[in-house]
Amino acid sequence: MRISPTKFISLLFLVLSVFYLYTAYNIQVFAFDENAPFNARTFPIYLGWAGIILSSLKIILPEKITTEVNHKHLDYKSIIYLIIISLIYAAVILKIGYFISTSLFLFASYYFLGERRWGLMFVLSFPFVAAFMYLLHGLLNIYLRDPFLKYIGVMG
Amino acid sequence: MIEGILIGLSTALSLTNILMVMVGCFAGTIIGMLPGLGPMTAIALMIPITYGFDPSTGLILMAGVYYGAVFGGSTSSILLNAPGIPGTVATAFDGYPMAQQGKAGKALAIAAYSSFAGGTISAVFLLVAAPSLSKVSLAFRSPDYFALMILGLTAISAFSSKGQFLKAMMMVVLGLMLATVGQDSLSDITRFTFNNMNLTDGISFVLIVMATFAMSEALTIIFRGKDPNRAAKQISLTELGSIKVNKEETIKMAKTIPRSSILGFLIGVLPGAGATIASFLAYGMERNYVNEEEKQKFGKGSVHGLSAPETANNAACSGSFVPLLTLGIPGSGTTAVMLGALLGFGIQPGPRLYQTNPEIFWSVIMSMYIGMVVLLILNLPLIPYIARILAVPRNYLIPLILFFSVTGIYLMSFNNFDIFLMIGIAVIATFLRLYDFPMPPLILAFVLGGLMEETLRRSLLISDGSPNFLWDRPITLIILLITITIVGWQIFSTFRKKN
Repeated sequence: MRISPTKFISLLFLVLSVFYLYTAYNIQVFAFDENAPFNARTFPIYLGWAGIILSSLKIILPEKITTEVNHKHLDYKSIIYLIIISLIYAAVILKIGYFISTSLFLFASYYFLGERRWGLMFVLSFPFVAAFMYLLHGLLNIYLRDPFLKYIGVMG
Repeated sequence: MIEGILIGLSTALSLTNILMVMVGCFAGTIIGMLPGLGPMTAIALMIPITYGFDPSTGLILMAGVYYGAVFGGSTSSILLNAPGIPGTVATAFDGYPMAQQGKAGKALAIAAYSSFAGGTISAVFLLVAAPSLSKVSLAFRSPDYFALMILGLTAISAFSSKGQFLKAMMMVVLGLMLATVGQDSLSDITRFTFNNMNLTDGISFVLIVMATFAMSEALTIIFRGKDPNRAAKQISLTELGSIKVNKEETIKMAKTIPRSSILGFLIGVLPGAGATIASFLAYGMERNYVNEEEKQKFGKGSVHGLSAPETANNAACSGSFVPLLTLGIPGSGTTAVMLGALLGFGIQPGPRLYQTNPEIFWSVIMSMYIGMVVLLILNLPLIPYIARILAVPRNYLIPLILFFSVTGIYLMSFNNFDIFLMIGIAVIATFLRLYDFPMPPLILAFVLGGLMEETLRRSLLISDGSPNFLWDRPITLIILLITITIVGWQIFSTFRKKN
């Protein structure tokens, strides 16, 4: 039996709702709140049941409008590269600082999306991020934490 | 009211705020013009920048971005037949054929004049309606607010679901579930944090908006990059033609604009409806109004057909501010983002905003009008130059959107857990988008989640746990009956399609 992607997503949502409901019933409330008309569990419990009912209906009822996605037309390669670069960026931003990590992230993203004009790629990464940091930190007075630039004495 | 208008004008006409409207309109036009990126993304990207300003200035910037993005969406509709936002799909019906006939400049001018007129007329309506409705809404109690939020969420699901109501309702529940993560506001009990300290304060609203709109839209553009049906069409951006509108065309616009403005404003006020529905209805209504000869021109470059949706979508934008400013309940995804930003500034919109923060209430209304003027005098002459933005390759565009999204989150918390969380939510949202699970209901539900739980708590405590509060008050009952009608209509339409 072939299950449509929409029904598969609804099945995942059903599992999520069951888990959410189970967790909701296990929320620790104060003893005096146990039998109150409303406590920290009440709203999540309603939501859990609503999720179960809606996703079950979506799974059970026949689909009138089916959403077809042609996977051959989807650019999986570029998106996987971008997600990996973003994850590396998130992992190193605190260690090597905002300026270097963001500039490298932009440079790598341009490269993996097929850009090869090195000069333009450089201008739109390192100087661009520096100008943006100056706009935020210098002109708008928005604090931008960068331990590396602070260490080398560029930022206060 | 005169006093309020003067307060609003004095705030909105300060040098900083005029500059903000100009920057907002300009930035909004550029972002809104890019196919796939709409006002929600544009506003979301602006939120981190507004942190450095006072609330009025921040809101004025966002209002400028909103109008700019709607106007920008029309530009890509007319020039590329690739609407930047759903609200400008109907603009392409006659705008794109005009551009193909070598009258792109004229089509853009008609769109700009119609947007200006629609926005201006509806700003006057807003000026009158908002204070009056504020007074009426003071009579609203917790059960009424709870019912109103249920209505808003049901309505946005009905209108944004492309006939797939259940999918949209699932997104509503998901949004509400995400809103319950973190400390319970009354008891301080932590929920759904799984002992992760980073989740104790809940998931940030900006994170959710950035993930489900800015980042997910950028990823979707890349994802669908190989799709031949969605590839951007190359057009000559240097030959837009004259932007002059002749007398005959002006007369046609003058007939269309008043009726489309009224319709657009009324649709905008309704929860969940907004610019998309308004523009389609205005297009349909206009077609019925014109004579047989004009009717034949619809779809082939009709002035009426272009002016009507453009007027209505701008009028609806102003209309959508009515429930936000008077009830504190946003009627659309975009105003939900603005509500989130307002809450971030520590301002709770609602009937009392009119009394407690009149300068914010009035300056937002007045800045809308100033935004319209700025759009007309700044953007129209610059159109041939701004249009070149459409030629920016996605290789640069996408990384820059991701950069702004990550920076926005980093600025808020200086913690990489939030960035990981945003990437995770954005990936899930990208797959959900592929299968037509709409994101605006999720955002609206996330924003309303806390308020909804609070009103339900009060209602249940007052009624001692009994569900009687749902029908004890006539206002609550009427609102719930409207909600039931919408749900019933959705079920009926589903079965009608089947048969």
